[in-house]
Amino acid sequence: MNAAATVDELQPDALVPAGEAGPASKRIVVAYGFWIFLLSDIVMFAALFAAYAVLKSGTAGGPAGAQLFNQVTAAIETACLLVSSYTCGLMSLAIRSQRRPATYFFAAITFVLGVAFLALELREFASMIAEGATPQRSAFLSAFFALVGCHGLHVGVGLIWLIVMMAQVAFMGFRASVQRRLLCFSLFWHALDIIWVGLFTVVYLMGIIQ
Amino acid sequence: MTTTTRSDRAPGDAAPSPEVQPTAPAGVLIYTIGLLLAVVLTATSFWVANTSLLWGPGVPLGLAVLAIAQMGVHLVFFLHITTGPDSTNNVLALAFGVLIVALVIAGSLWIMANLNANMTMSPGLMDLHMQR
Amino acid sequence: MKLLGKLDWSAIPFDQPIVMGASGGMVLVIALILAWVTVKGYWPYLWREWLTSVDHKRIGIMYFILAMIMLLRGFADAIMMRAQQAVAAGGAQGFLPPEHFDQIFSAHGTIMIFFVAMPLVIGLMNFVVPLQLGIRDVAFPTLNSVSLWLTASGILLTNISLVVGEFAKTGWVAYAPLSELEFSPGVGVDYYLWALQIAGVGTLMAGINFVATILKMRAPGMSLTRMPVFCWTALATNLLIVAAFPVLTATFAMLLLDRYLGFHFFTLAAQGNQMMYVNLFWIWGHPEVYILILPMFGVFSEVVATFSGKPLFGYRSMVAATMAICVLSFLVWLHHFFTMGAGADVNGFFGVMTMIIAVPTGVKVFNWLFTMYGGRVRFTVPVLWAVGFMVTFVIGGMTGVLMAVPPASFQLHNSLFLIAHFHNVIIGGVVFGAMAGYNYWFPKAFGFTLDARWGKASFWCWLVGFYLAFMPLYVLGLMGMTRRMQHYDNLGWQPWLVVAAIGALVIGAGIFCQVVQLVVSIRRREQYRDATGDPWNGRTLEWSTASPPPSWNFAFVPRVAGKDAFWARKKALPLRQDQPAPAREYKPIEMPKNSATGFVNAFFAVVIGFALIWHIWWMAGLGVLGAFLTILVFAFREEGEFEIPAAQVAQFDRTHPVEVAL
Repeated sequence: MNAAATVDELQPDALVPAGEAGPASKRIVVAYGFWIFLLSDIVMFAALFAAYAVLKSGTAGGPAGAQLFNQVTAAIETACLLVSSYTCGLMSLAIRSQRRPATYFFAAITFVLGVAFLALELREFASMIAEGATPQRSAFLSAFFALVGCHGLHVGVGLIWLIVMMAQVAFMGFRASVQRRLLCFSLFWHALDIIWVGLFTVVYLMGIIQ
Repeated sequence: MTTTTRSDRAPGDAAPSPEVQPTAPAGVLIYTIGLLLAVVLTATSFWVANTSLLWGPGVPLGLAVLAIAQMGVHLVFFLHITTGPDSTNNVLALAFGVLIVALVIAGSLWIMANLNANMTMSPGLMDLHMQR
Repeated sequence: MKLLGKLDWSAIPFDQPIVMGASGGMVLVIALILAWVTVKGYWPYLWREWLTSVDHKRIGIMYFILAMIMLLRGFADAIMMRAQQAVAAGGAQGFLPPEHFDQIFSAHGTIMIFFVAMPLVIGLMNFVVPLQLGIRDVAFPTLNSVSLWLTASGILLTNISLVVGEFAKTGWVAYAPLSELEFSPGVGVDYYLWALQIAGVGTLMAGINFVATILKMRAPGMSLTRMPVFCWTALATNLLIVAAFPVLTATFAMLLLDRYLGFHFFTLAAQGNQMMYVNLFWIWGHPEVYILILPMFGVFSEVVATFSGKPLFGYRSMVAATMAICVLSFLVWLHHFFTMGAGADVNGFFGVMTMIIAVPTGVKVFNWLFTMYGGRVRFTVPVLWAVGFMVTFVIGGMTGVLMAVPPASFQLHNSLFLIAHFHNVIIGGVVFGAMAGYNYWFPKAFGFTLDARWGKASFWCWLVGFYLAFMPLYVLGLMGMTRRMQHYDNLGWQPWLVVAAIGALVIGAGIFCQVVQLVVSIRRREQYRDATGDPWNGRTLEWSTASPPPSWNFAFVPRVAGKDAFWARKKALPLRQDQPAPAREYKPIEMPKNSATGFVNAFFAVVIGFALIWHIWWMAGLGVLGAFLTILVFAFREEGEFEIPAAQVAQFDRTHPVEVAL
């Protein structure tokens, strides 16, 4: 047997380790690549988290977290995002079995919950700004608005992406490329909820205990 | 030759290949259990932050543990990241990411605490500085 | 609100003759090139074959070309600084006023790191990795094109700053509070920040692309432990890119928020923390230098093994050392600011870690030496660069370990000793590695070898020039000269700076030799034609293809059974000579379609960057809309791939017979 013969197709029933089986399927490659992107995004959030943790005490004579944060709002926001993660999961199941109405239905609920999250967050920001707790007030507030705002920005981008994906399902059906992108979207959406867990724990919950 | 599976699993996929699907009720069940666990952990977090029953300094630690547990629930039940051999690459990537996050946050906190302690200006000097 | 934001005619520095001269020259050269392309009618060819190409080989070549062009600009900055410092002694002020000199050293560093070294590294990895892995392209070909053109956007914005506005005067690291609005109210820092944010996105995407490619797409049979060492170093590099660049993005975003929206991350007021900027910057900054050097370690591994005619010594320890450096590079960053005031325990920890990270590199050097020992070494141009690297990089590494001792760093921080050290390792390591890789893989990319005589001349000029230019800087650092000085009082420093200026000129001669080398080689390309695809008697899979390879790389996907897969195939050949070659049935090959997405997206990125720099908000909005629409067009395209007919593949193989077919 030659040391390096050539084949163009792998025998389908050969049991070889995954690392030697040749290039993986497109679905795996795309999802893995997106997974790596998500990890890089989490590192970016880590830098923002680190800045927040360091600047938390820099209130410059202005309000601190305990004076500003409303736990009820944070709880409702958390519930919205968590349930939207759940409905996103149900949407993934519908996509796998290629059920269009169910896909649209769960996408719509996910979308509405995401919008609700953003609306609550924007309302919170607006009320903080109205009472003078602007990001320009102190280093602490700068760090808060940047960290929470960055997450909110990601949620907003996700919502736009969801609309585009539903348009893709409508015009292009459940072809493989659309399914891969929907897999990436669900990875993204779940990751945002994971980051939110860190956010509400560190910023809101730890912020109000003194 | 080892008998590991022929292909890896894509992160986020519940099953190794599109042909092998978890049955419909099984799929919904996994997500529902995940949701319920997450709800319980979240509610516990809020309780821990507000209660006076716990020893004060232990509260942040408890919150951190609960947060990690919640993230774990998401990873396992929503993202289907398991410890199986077909998920090894995904877990390794995640571990690398977690390592970097830990180094960035812990390293920064240690360094900045040290710097801030050494480089804080005395009140008189600070007044002078702010007058510029 | 003015229609053009802060932009008006005063942005063009009509009162600065040197800047106007440089700008005029640059604009003239660009205009001439564009005119020539138009007159010759090359636009359809360029658009079809290069600008919209998603072929990793073409993209790699374009990265390299961008890097070489920016090397000229960065080197021009260097010549100006050396000239200024050679004359501005005692009471003399030289010919560059401080505001200009400050922009020059800032631009020099920014360009050399982000727009020369990074594209060199990414370009080499782009060209070589898929070929060495035995596959046809990277995981995400269109994303690859996007990455290239976003880097070009950053380059364009930086060059626009020469003509319209100014560049940052803060040094290439842009520490706060100097880089804040209060002390840098002009557009210079904004040019710096937006150019690097845009290019940074491109680099991050490239990192993701290569991690996915190397981990998920290798030829059948090529387990990770059978992968060439260059691919291992590429893996480590791209893992570092994925891990480090997001931190830079976040840090620059915070500085941008401070400058544009009045936030207080790093300002003096409202309890901003300037030390936090330094900390976050170097969390990215240290892995960055390993991103630059690791692929070059891979280049030397390939070059030394090939030209010694032996397998690389200590494959497993090489891999272990590479991955160790990958992790350790995240544990040393504080050594860039020992003097900022952390306590002894913090400084001590990072000092020790910095010394430890020298160990895996030492392992690698010994492995290269043991590879050469007992082999029949052919002293080709790439090997000259490799030997030059080994001596030069080790010296630079040793001065690094010296400065890893915090008390020593207290004396040497920000002196010319530091400048000498990092140029020692970057030129000796990254530049020498790029030149070795360039000479080594050029025949594969273009089908003919480079002229060896001019190659050797350029090597000796670079080597001698480097030592002349930078050894005096070590001395000056020990004599107490600080970096970035526009003029100085100590006349005792001047002789050393004159020698350094001469050294820079000798390096210039080296660059000149390289230009001549290229011209001569193109002229004599038939004489230097590589007909076999394997001009060096190589060991890895890229040498099994024709030179240049077809767009699909391999007609038949190779199946790999061990390390140095091509070498093993060549060794097995004599055993098969009595057997007839097996009849091969060519199959059609699916390849990714070309796409204008990368180029068009990058155009909008330049629009967005320029608009944000000059506060032209409506233009920025339009740019964002344009970029979004470009992505939508890509997302809704019907077909992403096309089929190359089997007959075309067969025809190529017939007209390009290689000596050892896989």
